[in-house]
Amino acid sequence: MFEVLSAVLFDYTVRNIALGSAILGVAGGVLGCFAVLRRQSLLGDALAHATLPGICVVFMLTQTRVSLWLLLGAGLSAWLGALAILAVVRGTRIKQDAALGIVLSVFFGAGVVLLTLIQQTGAAGQSGIDRFLFGQAASLIRSDVITMGALAGAALLVVGVFYKEFKLLTFDGPFAASLGFPVRALDVLLTSLIVVAVIVGIQAVGVILMAAMLITPAAAARQWTDRLPAMILISALFGAGSGVAGALVSALGPNLPTGPLIVLIATGVFLLSLLFGASRGLLWSQLRERRNRAAALSGGGA
Amino acid sequence: MSAGFVIIVTGILVAVPCAVLGTLLVLRQMAMVGDAISHAVLPGIVLAFFLSGSLGPLAALVGAGAFGLLTAVFIEALRSTGRVKEDSSIGIVFTALFALGAFLISRYAGNVHLDLEHVLYGEIAFAPLNTLVVGGVDLGPRTFWTLGIVTVLALGLVLLLYKELKVSTFDPGLAVALGLAPGVVHYLLMGAVSVTVVGAFDAVGAILVVAFLIAPPATAYLLTERLSYMMVLAVAVGVVSAVAGYYLAYAANVSIAGAMAVAAGALFATAVLASPTHGVLANAARRRRNRRSFARGLLLAGLSRSRRSTEHDLAHHLGWDGERVSTVLRAARSGGFVLQTGNGEVVLTRKGQEAVENLSRALR
Repeated sequence: MFEVLSAVLFDYTVRNIALGSAILGVAGGVLGCFAVLRRQSLLGDALAHATLPGICVVFMLTQTRVSLWLLLGAGLSAWLGALAILAVVRGTRIKQDAALGIVLSVFFGAGVVLLTLIQQTGAAGQSGIDRFLFGQAASLIRSDVITMGALAGAALLVVGVFYKEFKLLTFDGPFAASLGFPVRALDVLLTSLIVVAVIVGIQAVGVILMAAMLITPAAAARQWTDRLPAMILISALFGAGSGVAGALVSALGPNLPTGPLIVLIATGVFLLSLLFGASRGLLWSQLRERRNRAAALSGGGA
Repeated sequence: MSAGFVIIVTGILVAVPCAVLGTLLVLRQMAMVGDAISHAVLPGIVLAFFLSGSLGPLAALVGAGAFGLLTAVFIEALRSTGRVKEDSSIGIVFTALFALGAFLISRYAGNVHLDLEHVLYGEIAFAPLNTLVVGGVDLGPRTFWTLGIVTVLALGLVLLLYKELKVSTFDPGLAVALGLAPGVVHYLLMGAVSVTVVGAFDAVGAILVVAFLIAPPATAYLLTERLSYMMVLAVAVGVVSAVAGYYLAYAANVSIAGAMAVAAGALFATAVLASPTHGVLANAARRRRNRRSFARGLLLAGLSRSRRSTEHDLAHHLGWDGERVSTVLRAARSGGFVLQTGNGEVVLTRKGQEAVENLSRALR
């Protein structure tokens, strides 16, 4: 067992995968906190799907398989999707849920159309695009990990600089506006950072499971604390932990896909947090209720 | 039967139940639950394949549909703990189930003739090739049977429970008070959405079924205020998207399901811009009209108080700059509300006085 583990730990490929998964876990965990608290959990899902046409267009124009360029295209089309969502919600009576669903499915549909155009031209590089859809952590190479790290680092830096503003926007937007903060610009900035987190992760876990990395660790962290800094820290830890654990488990045997394993582990962490989380844990409140009932029945105890 | 005909009918058989059920989802602000179910049925589909190699269409439909219903139950259970908001519980449940399905597929990929791509975007172009043969008799394309059953189920549910669905959608409290069991109605609707998604995934894929489920009803929502009209309009938009998408794909030789989603998106974008009641352009025009009539009202009211004033007096009196005064004045003059005398004084006409009286009566 130990030999297997040490072989896994010192393997070049596995180290890349584990590092990449940790990076996407941290980025998703930190930005997911804001998305979850602002009740925009599903924004990440919509934006992850909206990356597809951008990836295809960049590929058609440049025939490149350099992930940085493809990621730029992904980010641009996800960002356009985000602006479309904001514009539809602000400009018409369509609610957020429908706007998210339309952008998600129509952008994805456009991406599928472009994908068939690429297949027609017989470009051999189509496999390079597939890995963005379903994620192929196993194909991560060192330069991918460096790109992911740089993007995630930049996003976290911006979160650090605008921490106070984002906190205010998250908990009391109207108050922030009354203090003269440029609420709309901050909203766009925070959404753009979520786009960055999405493109950090899509290579490794794919568009659909990336949505999970923006929700599940943050929702788990929420069960342990009522303070934002602590929640961000715990969420980043949960995200990174799930990422590394998923990468290591998938290295243990054949046909163990990394992306789904990461998400399943994160879901497990969430369920444990829901049961045992600090004062909010379901288990504790059950126990408390039973104790109170017993005390009440025995005459209050006092 | 030509291949094109089979594909178009299949598309229409996806569009109709999706439009009818999607109307209710959009009005209940549960559009993303449709997205969640369309992803979360994946493990159900995989398990159905596992259990019996190649199940009959109906058994697979029911098996995977049960998973969709389970998604709705999980989401509600998680939300009712009070520890997680609704949007987060939707996201956690469907991504976990999708991950489970993806895990099962790649773990046992060798034994299952099912790949992730097929589940996600489907291939409606294969619809004419799959025929249903029972006892040696060719009964026509398989999709006609599966989606036909789905369409009948969805339309049947909505027609039978129209009143219950309507009341529980617009006023859940009233539904409880009237004893209409909104909880039961909710799960029936979720069950119907699950069956529809599963029936449709084979043709258009898990994600593009979301386009049919949300875009046509949202388009209809911008065009009408009545539930029954909205459903009919949504069906019409869905059918037009399916047919237009097919010809688009045929002309450009691209993915048919993708082109149908793009067509639905284009119709929605048109409605967002040009809907006569709720479109962006109509809203902007209405705002401009209101702004103008409000400015005219202010000008007329100012004039009626001071009888005779020059443009300069008005600017001072209303606190406007000179340019704005002359713009508003020009509009009022061409509308016949004011006259300008030779020495630059502005006076109200009879029509102007009536407008001021109407205004003050309205404000009283």
